[in-house]
Amino acid sequence: MSVVRRAAIVGVGQTEFSKSSGRSELQLACEAVRAAITDAGLQPSDVDGLVTFVQDTNDELAVMRGVGIPEVRWTSRTPFGGGGASATIEHAAAAVASGAAEVVVVYRAFNERSGHRFGQPGSQVSAPIMNLHMPFGLDTPAKMYSLWFQRYMHVYGLTNEDFGRYTVVARKHAANNPNAWFFGKPITLADHQASRWIVEPILRLLDCCQESDGGVAIVVTTPERARDCASASVVVSAATQGNTMSGEVLFNYYHDDITTFPEADYCAAQLYGDAGLAPADIDVAMIYENFSPVVFYQLEAYGFCGRGEAKDFIADGQIEVGGATPVNTNGGLLGEAYIHGMNNLIEGVRQLRGESCNQVPDAQHVLVAAGRSAVILERG
Amino acid sequence: MIPPRPTPDDAYLWEGAAEGRLLARECAGCGTLQHPPTPMCGACGSTEWTVRDLSGRGTVHSWIVSRHPSRPDEAPRVVILVQLEEGIRMVSNLVGVPIDDVRNDMPVRVCFAEYEGLAFPPFEAATSEASA
Repeated sequence: MSVVRRAAIVGVGQTEFSKSSGRSELQLACEAVRAAITDAGLQPSDVDGLVTFVQDTNDELAVMRGVGIPEVRWTSRTPFGGGGASATIEHAAAAVASGAAEVVVVYRAFNERSGHRFGQPGSQVSAPIMNLHMPFGLDTPAKMYSLWFQRYMHVYGLTNEDFGRYTVVARKHAANNPNAWFFGKPITLADHQASRWIVEPILRLLDCCQESDGGVAIVVTTPERARDCASASVVVSAATQGNTMSGEVLFNYYHDDITTFPEADYCAAQLYGDAGLAPADIDVAMIYENFSPVVFYQLEAYGFCGRGEAKDFIADGQIEVGGATPVNTNGGLLGEAYIHGMNNLIEGVRQLRGESCNQVPDAQHVLVAAGRSAVILERG
Repeated sequence: MIPPRPTPDDAYLWEGAAEGRLLARECAGCGTLQHPPTPMCGACGSTEWTVRDLSGRGTVHSWIVSRHPSRPDEAPRVVILVQLEEGIRMVSNLVGVPIDDVRNDMPVRVCFAEYEGLAFPPFEAATSEASA
């Protein structure tokens, strides 16, 4: 049994998700952190640990000053970008399970639309590995990822229309979620096919995640402390990262078989082994999708369907509420917002509390898979 | 085009292209052919490398059309992941092939080009006989 079972999520908080927040990233972080602490029924002075992304601009001391957290004995930051979203929970759970901290707040906040936009083309090589890619025209995440996806499309016979069927479901879920930017705005497959090419013949505009402003925070503590908190607690059943030697952050060109996602395969084996669970035990799957094809790889990696079968699994309605494995019931990063994957974590918590806008009846186990990290959350 | 900023670990690639050679690094300790390059061999721990001339023949493992470039006046480029016959993969461009004619697993061979003073190694279509 995994040591992280000695950790529980007791509070979630967020700002509104928008395209122009009109305030600083630090203010978004402070608002989300304070909301999460309040949701848990705790005080800022109860917090003794903080976790965020290496890419977050909000340093720990600034957040402490704004929220009124007097002292913190433990901090850490997760590697990479959104691929490390679920690793924030792994870090926080490891801290409270080991006794390094007792109440850890995870936060992520940015103005990713009105400030620095991740999807814009780079103008210079940003890291040594990019010497091998950017000079040849791979200057955006969409292009870097697409050169990986295209092999999968070729081997399993997909067209962009198959990806569109995922987007239609994400937007259907978002249409029912007042938190979602695309609340009340479902689309048809024809709408998807009419959106412009971003990377031909792989991604159209509606295959790409949103660019969003906003903040999210989550409070993690021990099961003992959780009993005194205000909200129904959620247990961290298993948590892991998936880092493999031939992997890279934004692409997957050098593994032997690039029609798979070996990092997600590794996460799946770790999580199911630690939690003693199988794919059929997962009631809701929250799957990071900066681009729609990533859902296909991860549905297969986690065993919800066989290799190359994701397109049929989706077309058969299996990822909708009422299907075998409802996916991204908040609308995901395409439909709700792109808060670097952290909004998918709080939707997982809402499902287990019975508070989702697209509630899956009696949800007991939620997978939150972020590519290179993943957790299974369990009703407390 | 975004120019590379060569490091001690990958300068050989650009220096080789300037001489009309497609090079990869081979570990002096155990002979592992390594791409992408790394300063230390993950198989044996050696930091000594030699360079090896590749045949320049391979196939298109995957491909995309790169539009919306960082320099708006650039024409769309076909970016390919080449499966080289030596068993390693490399990102490059496919030139001289209309977009509608690009196919997975089509045989290609390296050709060399220069852009704003920088030599680099794109690929072109090869006949099946030439790549055999």
